[in-house]
Amino acid sequence: MAYIPHTDEDRREMLATIGVASIEELFGDIPADLRVKGDLAVPEALDEHRLLGRLFELSRRNKNCLTDLVCFLGAGIYDRYIPASVGAIISRGEFLTAYTPYQPELSQGYLQTIYEFQSMVAELYGMDLANASLYDGATAVAEAALMAHAITERAKVAVSEAVHPHYREVLKTYCRALAVEVVELPESEGKTFGLRRASAALASEDRTGESGAGAPQSIGMQNCACVIVQYPNFFGVIEDLAEARRAADEAGALLVVVADPTACALLKPPGEFGADIVVGEGQPLGIAMGFGGPALGLFATRTEHVRRIPGRIVGRTQDREGRTGYVMTLRTREQDIRREKATSNICTNEALMALAATVYLCALGKNGMRQVAESTVRNTQYAIRALTNLDARIGLSQPNPNQPERTRTNPNAPDRSPRLRFPGKVFGEFVLELPRDATEVRDALLAKGILAGLPLGPYYQGMENCLLVAVTETRTKAQIDRYAEALREVLS
Amino acid sequence: MTRKSVPAPILIFEKSRPGRIGCNVPHCDTPEVDWDSAISERRRELNLPEVAELDLIRHFTNLSHINYGIDTGFYPLGSCSMKYNPKINERTAGLAGFTHVHPMQPLETAQGFLAVIAEVQEILAEVTGFDAMTMQPVAGAHGEHTCLMMIKAYHQSQGEGEKRTVVLIPDSAHGTNPASAARCGYSVKSVRTGSDGNCDLSSLEAQLGEEVAAFMVTNPSTLGLFETNISRICEMVHRAGGQVFCDGANLNAMVGITRPGDQGFDCMHLNLHKTFTTPHGGGGPGCGAIGVKAHLEPFLPGPVIRRASDEFRVTSDESRENPDSRVQTPSDDVQGFQSSIVNRPSSIALEYDRPQSIGRVSTFWGQSLMAVRALTYLLAMGRQGLPEIARHAVLNANYVQARLKDWIPPANDRHCMHECVLTLERYKREFGVRALDFSKRLIDYGFHPPTNYFPLIVPECLMIEPTETESKETLDAFCYALIAVCGEAKDAPELLHDAPTSQVVGRLDETKAVKELDVRWRPAREPALT
Repeated sequence: MAYIPHTDEDRREMLATIGVASIEELFGDIPADLRVKGDLAVPEALDEHRLLGRLFELSRRNKNCLTDLVCFLGAGIYDRYIPASVGAIISRGEFLTAYTPYQPELSQGYLQTIYEFQSMVAELYGMDLANASLYDGATAVAEAALMAHAITERAKVAVSEAVHPHYREVLKTYCRALAVEVVELPESEGKTFGLRRASAALASEDRTGESGAGAPQSIGMQNCACVIVQYPNFFGVIEDLAEARRAADEAGALLVVVADPTACALLKPPGEFGADIVVGEGQPLGIAMGFGGPALGLFATRTEHVRRIPGRIVGRTQDREGRTGYVMTLRTREQDIRREKATSNICTNEALMALAATVYLCALGKNGMRQVAESTVRNTQYAIRALTNLDARIGLSQPNPNQPERTRTNPNAPDRSPRLRFPGKVFGEFVLELPRDATEVRDALLAKGILAGLPLGPYYQGMENCLLVAVTETRTKAQIDRYAEALREVLS
Repeated sequence: MTRKSVPAPILIFEKSRPGRIGCNVPHCDTPEVDWDSAISERRRELNLPEVAELDLIRHFTNLSHINYGIDTGFYPLGSCSMKYNPKINERTAGLAGFTHVHPMQPLETAQGFLAVIAEVQEILAEVTGFDAMTMQPVAGAHGEHTCLMMIKAYHQSQGEGEKRTVVLIPDSAHGTNPASAARCGYSVKSVRTGSDGNCDLSSLEAQLGEEVAAFMVTNPSTLGLFETNISRICEMVHRAGGQVFCDGANLNAMVGITRPGDQGFDCMHLNLHKTFTTPHGGGGPGCGAIGVKAHLEPFLPGPVIRRASDEFRVTSDESRENPDSRVQTPSDDVQGFQSSIVNRPSSIALEYDRPQSIGRVSTFWGQSLMAVRALTYLLAMGRQGLPEIARHAVLNANYVQARLKDWIPPANDRHCMHECVLTLERYKREFGVRALDFSKRLIDYGFHPPTNYFPLIVPECLMIEPTETESKETLDAFCYALIAVCGEAKDAPELLHDAPTSQVVGRLDETKAVKELDVRWRPAREPALT
C-alpha cells in the first residue's frame, strides 16, 4: 500500500519493541461485541490508474462551465477568471499540507500571507481590519449577526429580503438555536433602502406577531441588534448604504453589509458608508466554483470591535532579537482557550482559500481588480441591452447617444420581450422578467448550451417569470449575443 | 544551529511598483459605458499591490520555504491526524468537470457531483455505523454545532426543549465542544476523567438528570484511550433522556475496527481533513460530514442528498418557506447514474418535504471539492485497505510510546490508540523546562512539535499522533531527537529555553502582538509639509 510504508519486518520489530505479539492485541480495550465482524460493505480498492478513470468518468457526468456551458449563473458564486499562479501557489505542499499555525516559528510563510490577506480584505471593504477568514458567505453573515447580538445584547436581528436567500436560511438556522429572532425587511422595486422608507419598514415588522398589537414603532427598531443588507444585493441592485446607515442609526442597531469583493474594487466601499461589520463570499477572488465549496468567508470590522471578532487574527510582532515575525493574536477570544465563553466555536477556517484570494489580489493588483470590475459592468450593461431588445439588436455594439445606458422598463414593448424587472443601478447581475415561466426558459436555453441564470420563482413570490442573470468579465460580446439570439428563438 | 538563509521576508505591498500587473486579465470587447449612469459612486483609491507575475511567484514560493507541512516533514500533532495527503486527490479534484461546476446549475447537469457526495455519504455511513449522513457542514466544529442544533430540535419535538438546557462535556474535551454547546444556548457541565483514563462513571451519574440534553464524548478520548465503558455510558445517558454525540476527531483509530454507531452514539461529526486525507491547508478548509441515527434523520440540515430505496434523492427544507410542499418527480431528461456500491441505475428526485429540518447550515452543498478528494481516497483504500489505517496508526502510536516510556512516561500506563499522551512533569519539576521548551527545541531537530498542553488534565503534556503513513525510520529519528532533548533538559536546559534558533525567527513576543495590535498593512502617509 503506497500510503502505508510498513514492511513485514517493520511490523515484527515494532511489535517486539511494544511487547505484544500482534497488532490485534493493541485493540484489547475494545469490547468484542463492538468489533466490526468481517469486511465493511464498501467498494473494493482501485489502483491509481483505474481510480483516475473512475473519477474522470464521474466528472464527465457534470456539465462544466469551461467547455459545455456558457455561464450566466451567479447568485453568490461567479465564473471569474483565475490566474494560473493561484493554483501553482496553493498546490505547494508547504502550504497545502500545513496545519493551523500554532507553532509560529515553523509557519512564518503562512502567517505572513494571512497578514497580507487581512490587509487586502480590510482595504477592499474600506474597514479597519479583517480576520483570517470564516467558512463561507452564509456563515459569515450568521457570525456577524451573532457578534452584533453579543455587542448590543439585543435578541433580534433584521435582514433585508434582498439578501441571498441561502444566507438568510443559514442566519435563521444559527439564530433559532440561540432564540435570536430574525425579522425580514421587505424589498421594494428590488431595493431595501434608498426609498426613504427604511424606518417604516423596520417599524412594520409587527407581522412577526412578537411585538403585539399597538406596540409603539420604536420597540421594533430599538430591539434590533443589527440591520443586514447586501451590496450589491441578491438582485444585483446597488443598495443605498447611506440610507441603510441612517436606518440602522435610528434603530440604534449596527449596520452589517454583505459585500461582493469584486464590486468593492470599483464602488465606494461599505466602510466609507460607516458599516460596522462587512462580510462576504470570497469565492470570486480566485477560487474555483467547485459546486460551491470550498468557499471563503470574509469578515471585516472596526477596531473598536476587535475583541468580539470570531475566528483567527494574525498580528505582526518581534522575536527576542527584534526580528519581525507574525503570530496568531487576541487568542483569548478563541474556543481552545476560552471554551464556552469564546466569541465563536470556529476552529478550522478556510486558510488555503484565503491564500488563493491573496495570490489572486496580488496577481490582479490595483489595476487588474479595477479592470475586472469595469469589464463586469460593461458586459452587464451590454447584456441588459441585448436581452431586453431582442427585436432590435442591430447596432448594439455601438453606444447610442440617444438611448439611456440602462434600458428601463418599456411600457410599449410587446409582451414577449423580456424586461428589466427593477429600476435600480446594478453591478454584475440583474433580474430579467420574461413573458413566460423562467424555469421553462432556463431549461430550453440549457439545451442550447447556455446556463441562463437562476429562476427566482422558488425564492420570491410573484417572480415566477424572473431570471437572475450574472455577467462577469469572462463573458464575451459573442457569448452575450448568442444568449440573446437563443432567447429570441425560445420566446418566439 | 544556523538560521535558515532565506531572503528577509518583506510584505508584498513593499514590492509594489506603480504600473505592474501579475496576470493577463481577460480582454473586454463590449462597449464603453457612461459610469455615472451605469453604477453608483465609485471609490477613490484602492491600495492593492502592483507586481509582475514572477514577483508574486517568487514572493509566495519563498514564503512557502519558511513554512512546514506534511510534505516537508514529520508532523505528529495530536488530535489532528496529520497524515500524507495523496497527490491523486489533487489531480481528481482539479478536473474541469468538478472545478467548473456552479452549485446552482440544474441538477441534471451536476449528476457527477451528486453521485460523489452520495457515495462518500454511503461509505462513511458504513464506516461509522450511522443511518444517514450529510456533507453540508464544512468543518469539524461546524459539524458539532450542526449535531447539537439537531439534538436541540429533537428535544423540542419531544416537548422537552425547555427543560433540557445542559450539555455534559468531559474535562478532557476539545475546546470546540463547549464553544459549540454555547452556540446552541446550552450551559456546560464538566464530567471528570478517572485515574484509568476512562470517563468517571460516578461523576457522569451525578450530573445526569432531566435537564441534560446531551453528552459530548470523544472516542477514543483525547488521552488517546478507547473509552472502554462507552456502551454503558450511552445507556446511562439515554436512560436519563439525553443524546450522545461522538466527536470524531479521533476516528483514525477506529476505521474498520469498531463503529461509533454500534457503540451507542446518536450522532457524530467526522473531520474528513483528518481521517480521510483532504488537505488541512494551513488551517482549512476542513470538511465536517455528520452521521446520525434514524431518530435524528428528520432534523438533518437541508438539502439532503441520499439514496431512498432505489434512487438518490435531494431533499430540502424549503417546505418551511414554501407552504405548498410538493414532490417533484424526476423528469425524463434526468440522466440516471450508477453507484459503485450497488451497480444499478438511479435517478434524482427533489423533495420539498422536510418540515423538521434545522435548516441550511452552509451556503450550498458543503465542501464539494473536498468530497471528491475524500471519495478518491476512500476508493484508493477500499474494503481491505480501510482497516489498515487504524491498525497501523495504532501500531505507530504504541511504538512511539514504547520507545519513549523510559524517558517520558505516558499519562496512563495502557496501550494507547492512534496517539500517545506523555507527561513531562518530571522535567519541569527537576530541571525547570516545560513542554513548550521541549516543543521548541524539537524544531531545531527538524521536527514539527507534537500538540502540547492538551488535554488540559495532563500536566506538561505532549500529545503525539504519528498516523499510519509514517515509516519506522521516521519514528525512530523522532524518538532519538526527543530522547536527545531529554538529555539536554538535564545538562543544558538553556538550549531548550532559547529554542528554536534554527528558523527565520525565534520565539515571538505574543504580549507585544496583543498590546501593540498590528493586524494590517497600511500605506505610509505622505510626510507632512513643514
